[in-house]
Amino acid sequence: MPVASQRSRGSSMRSRETAAGWLFTAPALIILGLFLVIPVLMALWVSVSDWDGRGSPLAGDVSFVGADNYEALLTGGGLTTRDFGTSLRNNLWYVVLVVPLQTVVSLTLAMLVGRRAIRGRGLFRTAFYFPSVTSSVAITVVFLFLFSSTGAVNKLLSFLSIEGPNWFNDPRGVLHIALAGMGVDSAPAALTTGGLLGVTWWEWLAGPSVAMVTLITMAIFTTSGTFMLLFIAALQNIPAELEEAAMVDGATSRQRFFRVTLPQLRPTLFTVITLGLIGTWQVFDQIYVGTDGGPAKTTVTPAYLSYTASFGSQRWGEGAAIAFILFAIIVTFTILQRVVLRERTTVPRRKRFLQPVDERRPS
Amino acid sequence: MTWGTAFRYALLVSIAVVYVFPFLIQIASSFKTDAEAAQNPLSLVPNPVTGAAYEFLFTSPQSDFPTWTMNSVVVTLAVTAGRVFFNSLAGYALARLEFRGRGAVFAGLVAVMAVPGVVLLIPKFLVVNQLGIYNSYAGMVLPLLADAAGIFIMKNFFESIPRSVEEAAKIDGAGLFRTYWSIVLPMARPALITLVILSFQGSWNELAHFIVVTSDPDLAVLTKGVASLASGAISQGTQYPLKLAAAFLMTIPVAVLFFVFQRQIMSTTEGAVKE
Repeated sequence: MPVASQRSRGSSMRSRETAAGWLFTAPALIILGLFLVIPVLMALWVSVSDWDGRGSPLAGDVSFVGADNYEALLTGGGLTTRDFGTSLRNNLWYVVLVVPLQTVVSLTLAMLVGRRAIRGRGLFRTAFYFPSVTSSVAITVVFLFLFSSTGAVNKLLSFLSIEGPNWFNDPRGVLHIALAGMGVDSAPAALTTGGLLGVTWWEWLAGPSVAMVTLITMAIFTTSGTFMLLFIAALQNIPAELEEAAMVDGATSRQRFFRVTLPQLRPTLFTVITLGLIGTWQVFDQIYVGTDGGPAKTTVTPAYLSYTASFGSQRWGEGAAIAFILFAIIVTFTILQRVVLRERTTVPRRKRFLQPVDERRPS
Repeated sequence: MTWGTAFRYALLVSIAVVYVFPFLIQIASSFKTDAEAAQNPLSLVPNPVTGAAYEFLFTSPQSDFPTWTMNSVVVTLAVTAGRVFFNSLAGYALARLEFRGRGAVFAGLVAVMAVPGVVLLIPKFLVVNQLGIYNSYAGMVLPLLADAAGIFIMKNFFESIPRSVEEAAKIDGAGLFRTYWSIVLPMARPALITLVILSFQGSWNELAHFIVVTSDPDLAVLTKGVASLASGAISQGTQYPLKLAAAFLMTIPVAVLFFVFQRQIMSTTEGAVKE
């Protein structure tokens, strides 16, 4: 901050600014403090208490139960653990499929419409971005219709003589379906006896259910537009000379993409994947509107389970504990991603002296 | 035109069709009869054309659609107005006023931004309930009145305005609030428009917050109402035209905002990354 301007002003000015500064930020701080900071602390308390939803969680008759709620979820072995394990399994498949796919799709869209030479690129951008603007509730209603048993998707499939599934009511995992197609329809004993969080390995490996596949499709449809805009902006910041230099050197378009464009996009790639991870681990609206966690709990996610455990079954401690475990998962995944992407940066750097000098410029 | 560009356009057009088609089907099907929506889900021309779904939504005594719409409008306008004012006020202080504790405020806001929304579902209910504003407009609006991301947008913009503009006002003896209100704020139009779009879109499309802080059907907003419609609250059979019509209607305000300020939206997002 400019020191000179501070010195030139008197100390009375300084204290006047302090008063005004706090006054100006007060409304925002009070709102955020009241509805964000205090609530998180309160929920932290609820997650280690036996509050049953009646009266205040801070009242005297609510007692501290330590890690009981967390234990019930993680090591209890009962229905609670199994439901939580199932929700993690479901959401993990969702994350593993949505994050890479939405990144690739949005980057592809950006590469296609990012160039100035494309006619009507504004129109295309609008078409791709529009789904991101509309509410998840409205989109879910549309997808419920498109993927209904007599819906547009199955109608399209019928032209190819394929009988489409009853999408939103089919709990079968797609990997299990694929394995059954190859004649494997029962699990080896090793996979059915062992497991994690009350869910057998065989079930962990079932793949997303057919119902979940529709939610995955919907997620890619609605988020790729936003991320496309981020990639377009990043592409426009890459100096044209870089690509020209590579062209002069006789690099193929494939080489230009992987050795010139992609390394320059790393910061944006990082942002998109981070936002993707944070968003996909919190999927809630689509479940609430579309599936209620069904069929056979294959679309229950931790966020939705946290909501139903608290507001539905009045097991507030458990619901709050799920929220905090989810928080920990998101933080872990974000850090993990940071580490993985950082390690990768060392590989191209070693190769760099083989490439044009321009490119060594830190991005 | 080379084969390469021809291929590129063909690809673009086919992807665009995939992105636009669901919305076209949605609009067309909302004018179909139930039977036809099930029989010809792909056709874009309703035959016969019927406005029954819309008529039901607006005029049937069984329909709460007008209530939902009114609640959405009230809440969204209040949230948008509040956010634009409080965020810009705080953004101005962080950008321009050198006050003691500014670093702490800044750090606090960054920390707040890192908390995932889902963790806040239960907490929000707890506090809203404790404050006695559960099932009230206050409970719906107050928690949404400020957001850290909006404050940062305003702060960044104010920092890009040259200081000399305010110096003149200060010399003329204008107070800090006056300088903010009548000098700096009018200059921040582009940032304010961005904030209006984001706040409007955010609160109009918000679902989880309203599920958690209200249970009274009279306070249901469109997202909550249409969600209950989707799960078949008043429906016998599938009633897809009805659900699609409701979903279409709730999309109109954000769509209008989007098309009016399209250029602004596209360039803002681009600007945000250039930082």
